[in-house]
Amino acid sequence: MTESLPALTEPAGAAAPHVPAVRRGAFRRLVRNPLGLVAAVVLLVVVVGAAAAPWLTTHAPDAADLRSAFGPSAPGHPLGLDSAGRDIWSRLLFGARNTLGGALLALAVAMVLGIPAGLVAGYAGRWFDAVSGWVVNLLMALPAMIVLLAARAIIGPTVWALMIILGVLAAPSFFRLVRGIVVNVRHELYVDSARVSGLPPWRIIGRHVLVVVRAPIIIQISLVAGVALGLQAGLEFIGVGSSSDLPTWGGMLNEGFQFVQRDRTLLLWPGLALGLTSAALVLLGAALRDVLEDRGTDPVVRRRDRAAQRAVAPAVLDGKAERSPLLSIRSLAVSYALPDGSQREVVHEVDLDVRPGEVVGLVGESGSGKTQTAFSALGILPSGGRVSRGSIQVDGQEVVGLSAASWRQLRSHVVSYVPQEPMSNLDPSFTVGSQLVEPIRAATGASRAQARERALGLLRSVEIEDPERTFRAYPHEISGGMAQRVLLAGAMACNPRLLIADEPTTALDVTVQAEVLEVLRRLQQERGLGVLLVTHSLGVVADLCDTVAVMQDGRIVESGPVDQVLTAPREEYTRRLLAAVLDEGQPPTVAAGRADEGER
Amino acid sequence: MSEPLLSVEGLRVSFPGKGWRAPEHEVLHGVDLHIEAGRTHGLVGGSGSGKTTIGRAILGLVPVAGGSITFDGRPIHAAGARQRRRLSRDIQVIFQDPFTSLNPSMTIGDTLAEPLLAQRLSSREARSRVAGLLDDVALPADAMDRLPREFSGGQRQRIAIARALAIGPRLIVCDEPVSALDLTTQRTVLDLLQEVQRTTGVAYLFVSHDLAVVRHVSDVVSVIRRGEIVESGTAVQVTERPQHPYTRRLLLSAPVADPAAQRVRREAYRREFAGTEA
Repeated sequence: MTESLPALTEPAGAAAPHVPAVRRGAFRRLVRNPLGLVAAVVLLVVVVGAAAAPWLTTHAPDAADLRSAFGPSAPGHPLGLDSAGRDIWSRLLFGARNTLGGALLALAVAMVLGIPAGLVAGYAGRWFDAVSGWVVNLLMALPAMIVLLAARAIIGPTVWALMIILGVLAAPSFFRLVRGIVVNVRHELYVDSARVSGLPPWRIIGRHVLVVVRAPIIIQISLVAGVALGLQAGLEFIGVGSSSDLPTWGGMLNEGFQFVQRDRTLLLWPGLALGLTSAALVLLGAALRDVLEDRGTDPVVRRRDRAAQRAVAPAVLDGKAERSPLLSIRSLAVSYALPDGSQREVVHEVDLDVRPGEVVGLVGESGSGKTQTAFSALGILPSGGRVSRGSIQVDGQEVVGLSAASWRQLRSHVVSYVPQEPMSNLDPSFTVGSQLVEPIRAATGASRAQARERALGLLRSVEIEDPERTFRAYPHEISGGMAQRVLLAGAMACNPRLLIADEPTTALDVTVQAEVLEVLRRLQQERGLGVLLVTHSLGVVADLCDTVAVMQDGRIVESGPVDQVLTAPREEYTRRLLAAVLDEGQPPTVAAGRADEGER
Repeated sequence: MSEPLLSVEGLRVSFPGKGWRAPEHEVLHGVDLHIEAGRTHGLVGGSGSGKTTIGRAILGLVPVAGGSITFDGRPIHAAGARQRRRLSRDIQVIFQDPFTSLNPSMTIGDTLAEPLLAQRLSSREARSRVAGLLDDVALPADAMDRLPREFSGGQRQRIAIARALAIGPRLIVCDEPVSALDLTTQRTVLDLLQEVQRTTGVAYLFVSHDLAVVRHVSDVVSVIRRGEIVESGTAVQVTERPQHPYTRRLLLSAPVADPAAQRVRREAYRREFAGTEA
C-alpha cells in the first residue's frame, strides 16, 4: 500500500508533461500564494512522514508493552505511549500510511470511474450520456455513511473494500464536473475546426478537451481527498473500519476517546494530524482555484482604484468653444488601472457636444475609445476605469465625481441608455412587462396600473404591433429586433432629453436594423431628443446623424456635419475608413431604381 | 458548362425538438446550390435563415435529413468517419469568430500543424509547411510559438485562413469570416482571401449576412430566407436587378455611407416596405 502513497502528487505530475510551461508557471504562482505554500508544505511533510515511517522511528507500531501504558514522552518515545504501551509517534506515522492510503484508494476509484465516463458522456452524448446520467443521479441520492455501514455489516471489517465503495459513491462528483465542462468545450469552434481537419475523436479529446478539464480536476481532487479522509477517519472512529490492530488515525482517535479522562494527549495527536491534513487539503484546493482560474488579485486593485477615483485633474477650459446645455464633454481623459498599479489612458482630450434635438454620431473601430467616451457620459465605466481628467456636463450639471445617488437621479430623469446586446440586457426570468413597469414605478412613484398603462403606451410608441402580447412575453419569446424596441421603449420611460445609444443595431439583421433606425428617428424627432450614437457603421451615421465625430486611438481626429465629413473628409484616417466601405463604385441608388426600371 | 465542384440538391436538415419526443424542427427545406471550381459562391441571409447550417452540412458537422451533397462527382452527405477524414483534404472551413475558433491554450504553430499531422505528415515537414503558411498570410514567422491571445482579431482570422489552407483544399466554407472584424481589417482579410484564390484556385462558399461583403467577393450569389433559397444568380444580377422582394429589402435596408444617397435609399425603402415585416 505504500506504493499508492506517491499518488497524492500524481495528478499534478501527470499533467506536467503535456504543457510544461503552463504548469510550471502555475506551480510558481501557487508557491507565491501564502496559503497555498503552507498547505503544500503541510501535505508534503505528512506524505514524507508516511513514506519514510520505518526510518523515522525505531519502534514497530504494534509493539505493545503493557507495563509502560500511558507512559509520558521520553527519549525514544517523543509523544509518549498509548493505553497498550505502544509508541504514539510510530503509530501516527504508520497510521498516516493507512489513513492516507485509504483516502487515496477512494480518490483513485472515484477518478478512474468518474473522469473517463464524464469525458465520454460529454463528448459523445447520446445513450451513454442518458444512462450514465441516471446512474449518477441514483448514486448521488444514496447517503454515503449509511451505505458504508451496511456494506461493513455484509462484507466485514476490511477498510480497503469500504474505501472502494466510497470511491464509487464519490465518482459522480468527478463525472458531473468533467461532463459539464466537456459539453461546453464540445461546441467550441476550435473543436469543430479540429473535426474538419480530420482529427479522430480520441486525438481531439487529448489535444483540446483534456487541457480544459485539467485545472478543475486538480482542484476537485484536493477537495474530494479531504472528504474521503474525513469519512475514512469517521468510519475508523466509530470502530467499523479496519480490524483493530491496524494503526489508523481514526482508530487512534477512537482509543483516545475511550481514555479521555485518563490521558488527553491520546486524543490530541491523531486529532491534530487529521485536522491539519484536512485543512491543508481544503486550503490547497482554494489556493489551486485562485492560481489555476486566475483570481485573487482583484480586490486589491479595486481598493486602490477607489482612492484614485476621487482625484480628477481639472480640465483646462480656456479658449474652448461655448458649451452645449445638454451634453458637453471637454478635455476628457479615461484611464484604466493596470494590475501593477500603473494607469493606462485610453481616451485623450476628447471634446464633444450634443445639443437638444441633435443626433451626434461617434464612429471608430474597436478599441478607438468611442464606447469609453459614451460610458463616461453615463457614469457606467467598468470597474478599473475612471475619468482621470476633464469635465462632463449633463444638463448643465458637472457629472465627473458625481455620487451614485445623484447619478441615479440624472439617469432616471435626463439621460437614457440603449445598449448593444438587447437580449443580454433583458432578464430572462421576468416578463418584458414587469421589466418595464418596475423602473417606471421606481422613477415616478406611479401605481401599478398607471405604470402598466404607461408601459403599454411606450410599447405602442416603438411600433410593436401587439403590445399586450409583448408585455406578457418572456425575453426568449421575442426576437432580437423586438427586444431592442423594448429597450428603446424602456429608455423612453422617464421622458429623457438625452439618449446615449451604444451600437444599438449592430447585433441585428440589416432588415431589422432599418426598422429600428426608423423607430429611433421618429422618437428622436417627436421628442426633440439629443442623441449620442456610438457606432462603427458609417452607413448608420449617414442615415441618422446630423454631426459626426471620428475617433482613432482614443482621440477625436475629425468632427463636423455629416454631409461634410462623409463626402469631403479632411483627415487621412476618415478617408481611409470611407475607402474601406465596400459599397464604393456601386451607385447606391441602383437598388432603389426599380420604379424607374419599370417605366423603361 | 463543366460539372460543378460541389452540388447541393434538395438539402434538408432538421434539429431535434426541445424536450422528450418533441417533433423535429426543420431548418433547411430543400436547398439547391452549385459551386464551380475556383469560383466564389456567396450565400446571404438574415439570422436564423439557415445559411450557416448549409455550410455545416457540407462540412459534415450536422446530419443531413434529406437531399444530396455531391463533391467532385461523389456523394458525401452520408460520409462515414473514414471518408470524412479523407474529405478534410479537400474541404476546409473558416469560422466567423476568430476568438473561439482557435484553441486559446495551443500555440499558433501547434494549431496550424494539427491538420498536417492528421494527414500523417512528420512533425518536421509540418513545421516547415507552417512557416510557409504564415508567410502566405503575411504573419511574422515568430508567430509560431505564440498564443492566440497575443493576436488581434484580424491576425487571428489570418491564422484561421492559414489553417484552412494547410493541406491545399479545393473548397473552403467561409462562415461569416469578416463579420467580427473592423471595417479596414475586413477589407484586408477579403483581399487576402481573393489573392489566395488567384494563386491556389480554391473555391469558396462565402456565407455572410452582409450583402455588400458578399457582392464584393462573389461570382455567384444566392439569397436564403427561412431555410429556402429565394433568389440565385450572378453577383451583378442579384445585387443590381433583384427579382425577389426579400432581396430588394436586404439591399434597400443596408445604409450607405453617403448621406444624400442614403436619403434616396431610405425613401425607396419607405415606398416599398413601410409598415411591413421582413
